[in-house]
Amino acid sequence: MTAGAAKKKKNAAKSEDFRLSIVCDADTLRSLVRKKAVRLVDVRKADDYQKGHMPTAVSLPLARVLENDAPEKIVAIMDELGISDSMPVVIYDDTFGALAARVAWTFQYVGHTNTALLEMTFRQWKELGLETETQARTYPKAEHSLNINKNIYADASYVESAKSQQGKLLVDSRERLNFLTEHIPGAKNIPYTMVGSNGSILRKAEDLKRFIGNRGITSDSEIITYCGSVGTLSGLTYYALKLAGFQNVKLYPKSFKEWKALGKPKEEFKDATYWDLSAE
Amino acid sequence: MKKPTVNPRQKGVSLPKPNPKWGREEETEVFAKKVKLFRQGKISEDDFRRFRLQHGAYGSRLHMDYSMVRIKVPGGEMTPDQIEKIASLSEAFSIGSAHVSTRQNIQLHWVQLEDVSEVMRGLVEAGLTTREACGNTIRNVMCSHFAGVCPDEAFDATPYSKAIARFFLRNPMCQNLPRKFKINFSCCDKHGLVRIADIGLVPAVREENGSMVRGFKVYLGGGLGAASFIGHLLEDFTPEDRLLSTCMATVRLFDRHGNRENMARNRMRYLVHETGWEKFQKMVLKERSIVEMTTSYSTAKMFDVKAQEDTRQLPKAPRMAKLPVLNEQVTKESPAFERWLHTNVVSQKQNGYFTVFVTLGAGDITASQLRVLASAIRDYSAEGIARNTPQQNFAIRYVRGTDLRDFYEKLASAGLANPGALTIASAVGCSGTTSCNLAITNSHRLAKEVQRRFLELGLDTDDSLCDATIKISGCPNSCGQHEIATIGFFGGATRMNNSMTPTYTLLFGGSAGEQGELGKAAMRVPAKRVIDTILKVVELYRQQKSENETLHQWITKVTKGQGIAGIKNLEDMKAALAQVIQLPTPEQDPDAYRDYGSDSQFSAKTARGECAA
Repeated sequence: MTAGAAKKKKNAAKSEDFRLSIVCDADTLRSLVRKKAVRLVDVRKADDYQKGHMPTAVSLPLARVLENDAPEKIVAIMDELGISDSMPVVIYDDTFGALAARVAWTFQYVGHTNTALLEMTFRQWKELGLETETQARTYPKAEHSLNINKNIYADASYVESAKSQQGKLLVDSRERLNFLTEHIPGAKNIPYTMVGSNGSILRKAEDLKRFIGNRGITSDSEIITYCGSVGTLSGLTYYALKLAGFQNVKLYPKSFKEWKALGKPKEEFKDATYWDLSAE
Repeated sequence: MKKPTVNPRQKGVSLPKPNPKWGREEETEVFAKKVKLFRQGKISEDDFRRFRLQHGAYGSRLHMDYSMVRIKVPGGEMTPDQIEKIASLSEAFSIGSAHVSTRQNIQLHWVQLEDVSEVMRGLVEAGLTTREACGNTIRNVMCSHFAGVCPDEAFDATPYSKAIARFFLRNPMCQNLPRKFKINFSCCDKHGLVRIADIGLVPAVREENGSMVRGFKVYLGGGLGAASFIGHLLEDFTPEDRLLSTCMATVRLFDRHGNRENMARNRMRYLVHETGWEKFQKMVLKERSIVEMTTSYSTAKMFDVKAQEDTRQLPKAPRMAKLPVLNEQVTKESPAFERWLHTNVVSQKQNGYFTVFVTLGAGDITASQLRVLASAIRDYSAEGIARNTPQQNFAIRYVRGTDLRDFYEKLASAGLANPGALTIASAVGCSGTTSCNLAITNSHRLAKEVQRRFLELGLDTDDSLCDATIKISGCPNSCGQHEIATIGFFGGATRMNNSMTPTYTLLFGGSAGEQGELGKAAMRVPAKRVIDTILKVVELYRQQKSENETLHQWITKVTKGQGIAGIKNLEDMKAALAQVIQLPTPEQDPDAYRDYGSDSQFSAKTARGECAA
């Protein structure tokens, strides 16, 4: 090994120690990219990735994750993308962070502990005039361990038992009118539209804390988030709650679609014709 | 957040500033705390309701966990920044759209009670408030959207309306009136809703000692509701320096003598009616003298018209080689731009400037449309503001004739360039069963269906129909202002063929303005026959009208029993419509017995209204 390579390796090793926050800002990301000390993951469609992506990013369309989200499969994907246990991972999309959140959660579920969502979408990145490239990136295969993090996962039976338990709270991330129409009994609505703001996929922690505080939810509560079908919107809410300081948050990734398919009970509200307020 | 930019064409004109201290941050914090105390059972439901309403949050239909947040917009005047803020708040906390009311408020529906304080917080940042938008208070002060540009006005009433709004907001003298209290300013005798307000004001000038003095014609004791009254003229002329004392005297009399027992009959119009106008008039004039003799100088100074004046010098509009063809006849087949020009644009008293109307469906506008609207206002309105209108549309003023095409294209890109804003097609509809506790029928959807159908048929292009109005309320209370419509409707429930059916009571011959009259109830029409009934009326009119007679004129004549051809009076009209309102049996056509927006059997469900705290 040459002296230069050794130095490079040392630097890389040092950067790999870098602990990401839940949301990574553009400056931090760019400096990590320069140091080659981050795996940047683009979860948009493959076509969009080919047309242009952030520098050094690898492509992992969300659909590939959802196709088969068995933990072993996910680890195999991470290996393929060159994501080791210690490699910081930053994820972005063009869907206000919801797709990125779902992938980040999946990585955490199989045992990765250093992931972040990029604060902005690809469109915003481009609007700021930041650099992009079209070259498809590949990296040497890594070996990620499998270490399932059961604490952040909920399935239908867990949700069913939780909804009657003190200190456990079910949060529906869908928009208000969908929630009013039908939801899992006892769920509270925090629409995904509440947690983002102009220019950032998640609002500031103090705002999120205040929103949740307004609802009288105490920070020691266990919260399970769900949404309409595959856990994207609720994935974003999952991270909003983490950012707001909640320690015990779980995602029900199969969400309301599975709940309904299983024929589980629903709460409905049919006494108002609220859909007719829509201007579309 | 993106910094608002001003189009180069608007160079030299600064954007208007929002009303300082209109919204208050401390009120949002107090609200959030009170919600928690209420949820913890530490405040009674009645007390909390009073508090909530004072802050502009209504309970939503049959679901008290949600509120309708009413944003008070004096004169309907909104800046692009405010419009964008409302867009963001509607996305974050409401249903992704906002709604223009018939009193120039903007309403956000289905906001979770716990989020109301956050909506309020956002509004404060934009210089808006919900304070006293509901409850037994002085509600939003209205002002004609033409004020300042109306060719027939004596002067611009806008700063007066804003100064009155500012004076009474949070003023201890009107925090707990017997009932709500409404003040409307008009520009001229035609526009505005002065005869259906507690206080209605028409700008007027009079010569005094060789100089022209500004003042108002003041109408008192009007209002729509289960029982409606037209306001009375207080005196020939009320000079501007007596405007405040006249308003204060009226409010004080109402506060002192108004009925606090019978909620159904405690608007000031009942007090005026029961007292008798002449006696009430004397009481007001006497009380006004007392107010003038006892009010402190500093209190009177809080009413500051000067501070509300828009002193910006707007540039002159460029001369146009060819004026836009606003008045040329259009048809359904005309190019969309021409049809829009004809039915949505009017010229202003300022040469070369035009007021453009944005047609909404029953006042609904999405967040993304609001953003396009805000951007269009920055680009094309020299005054840089919008006014929302009691017809549930937006009026964008000071648009140069040379910019009309570009402005149209921009609106069209967001689906905001529907024609028909100033025609019969622009039907008004209150929120109805979409969110209101009192509603029996889905008046909101019906108004949108009327509009859709009429635009399809091209009725907006028939100039003889355009002075007629259609206004629909979902119950006998008059948020849809059905009594001042040429053809008005209010919702109810009727058993027909042994099946509960959503129906509307049809009223004919109402009108707004200084000569405004109330419509006369004629008959009940099943909800699903309303559109056919109106079309039948149009058909009858076309058969029977005299030359150059408009639909509104014809209906007014018939309502007064002065028809000349086959239909002489309302009885004839009813007979001519009898066929249209027939329903097949419920077995033959179950849908005819359902309300709009519902696929199940109709039942009239209502809960306690909150129009009175």
